[in-house]
Amino acid sequence: MKLALGPLLYYWPRQRVMDFYAEMIEAPVDVVYLGEAVCSRRHEMRLDDYLEAATMLADAGKEVALSTLPLIESESDLKAVRRLMDAAKDDPRLTVEANEMGAVRQLAQRGQRFVAGPTLNVFNGHTLKILVDCGATRWVMPPEVGRSALTGMAKAMPAGIETEVFAHGRLPLAYSARCFTARRYRLQKDCCEFRCIQFPDGLPVKTREGEPFLTLNGIQTQSAKLYHLERELPELAALGVDLIRLSPQSEGMAELIRAYRALLDGLPAAMPGGDYCNGFWYDRPGLDWVSGTTP
Amino acid sequence: MSTPFELVCPAGGLPALKAAVDHGADCVYTGFRDATNARNFTGLNFDDKSLKEGIAYAHARGVKVFVALNTYPQTDNWPGWTAAVDKAAAFGVDAIILADPGLMDYAHRTHPQLRLHLSVQGSATNYEAINFYHERFGIQRAVLPRVLSLAQVEHVVKNTPVEIEVFGFGGLCVMVEGRCALSAYATGTSPNCQGACSPGKAVRYEETPDGMETRLNGVLIDRFAPGERAGYPTLCKGRFEVDDETYYAIEEPTSLNTLELLPELMRMGIRAIKIEGRQRSPAYVKQVTQVWRQAIDACRRDREHFAPTAAWMAELNKVSEGLTATLGAYNRPWK
Repeated sequence: MKLALGPLLYYWPRQRVMDFYAEMIEAPVDVVYLGEAVCSRRHEMRLDDYLEAATMLADAGKEVALSTLPLIESESDLKAVRRLMDAAKDDPRLTVEANEMGAVRQLAQRGQRFVAGPTLNVFNGHTLKILVDCGATRWVMPPEVGRSALTGMAKAMPAGIETEVFAHGRLPLAYSARCFTARRYRLQKDCCEFRCIQFPDGLPVKTREGEPFLTLNGIQTQSAKLYHLERELPELAALGVDLIRLSPQSEGMAELIRAYRALLDGLPAAMPGGDYCNGFWYDRPGLDWVSGTTP
Repeated sequence: MSTPFELVCPAGGLPALKAAVDHGADCVYTGFRDATNARNFTGLNFDDKSLKEGIAYAHARGVKVFVALNTYPQTDNWPGWTAAVDKAAAFGVDAIILADPGLMDYAHRTHPQLRLHLSVQGSATNYEAINFYHERFGIQRAVLPRVLSLAQVEHVVKNTPVEIEVFGFGGLCVMVEGRCALSAYATGTSPNCQGACSPGKAVRYEETPDGMETRLNGVLIDRFAPGERAGYPTLCKGRFEVDDETYYAIEEPTSLNTLELLPELMRMGIRAIKIEGRQRSPAYVKQVTQVWRQAIDACRRDREHFAPTAAWMAELNKVSEGLTATLGAYNRPWK
């Protein structure tokens, strides 16, 4: 299995992002997704910055995909996506991760190959076949999909398509027109003061009993717990999964990547501890932690 | 004004369907009693007999019937969804409302005469996405998620041949529909796959010394002070702690009400307005349908001078969640 680094979902200062990707050149990761995949208002990184990082990573032998926005509301959002597609077309080492159907339509019209992102809602082989006809060469399972659905899909997998599974990180659970980080500070989205830059791993939401529950990340809502499919890797491999995705966090990413790399290579690895969940894989509530061999 | 402007009303069962038809709906939308639709709640929806009866009742009175098949089938349960498409076509429904591209493809190929609408669950928020479904599967109408401002809605209308339907009234889903796994995360039941959000079987109300607590699969969603009305624990409308402050971190319990936007919606070429609430009672359906029928008729007669009457607003506020209403994303500051 290949190791993929998902798009950075948080808003970090430009230099921090550039430093992060410079660090990834040395990391044993095969595929890197780049680009703003949450909020169109975030502008620390411009397209040129992403292309600079992409070129750097591609030169180092990484496969690079430019991720599109999952929620496209306006003509300027559409223009941003078109510019990104143009950039990918100019460099054969780059591909695009399409995160909504408007991007799929345009990629199909342009004859550009692409990755069908996790927000495209692929739950069955018939839908996947349509995306393959449009030019998809890889699909990323929606996070809420687990073992049983993938088992079904595996039987009906169209030829030549790679499967990628979100295997580690805070689960992206929902998207809204509303910015919940701005709401916390009683700010409107249009003048949000870019408050999410203060939270490199999102803003924690606890229940009134103090139990960590969710994470606010601008217009996106994530889990508080980290999804963690370490123990399930052999099962993923047996089901024909081609890539696992690790979602960037502010600390310890290079170590985490090395640990997963070691596991994939059949070597012992010291996985960092954390508040983990894996329920989705077992068709249980996502926040559940199923331990042992069979639930 | 000749362009049709349809009032699309919810029918969670036969009595609600009749209430909508009798009180001014142009169309009603329904669902089968299973996971093929996104309102798969106990005691709701139609079996074959009641749907046939409902269609006959509506058609005899010139009202259209839509069937929502707007959840995402998986490979193993796929035949259940295609059978639902076939059944809806055989029963003579006026349109089916779909979210899954695979199922749309099936419906388009198998029943080329059947009208297809793109569900709000399809998460299409721009004309490129809507045109994708139009070109590939011939959809004739799209229901927009409640995330766009009025100007953005108008931009969509101008750039697609597909009819646009928008939500006018009812429960406000804060997240982009079809892109929300919060319920799946907390309860294991998802709108996308099982057709239910914050399902009743996961709900607990508990009187405690701290007040009434509402839980979803054990997760504390809210706690109510004595005398405070304890609402249903819909996950995104709970009170949580962020940075030491406890508040409705995602959204207050409130309903969407766009009555005052009617002239604008008509002017920009919206073709239909949808009333949310298949899980609500026939009395609700009657009340809301009556008000919206009167309002649409008044607006069509004289768009320039249209204003919602105090009586209409009072009537609608009575049935709003938390007894309050918002313009939602149509009004930019809400975002």
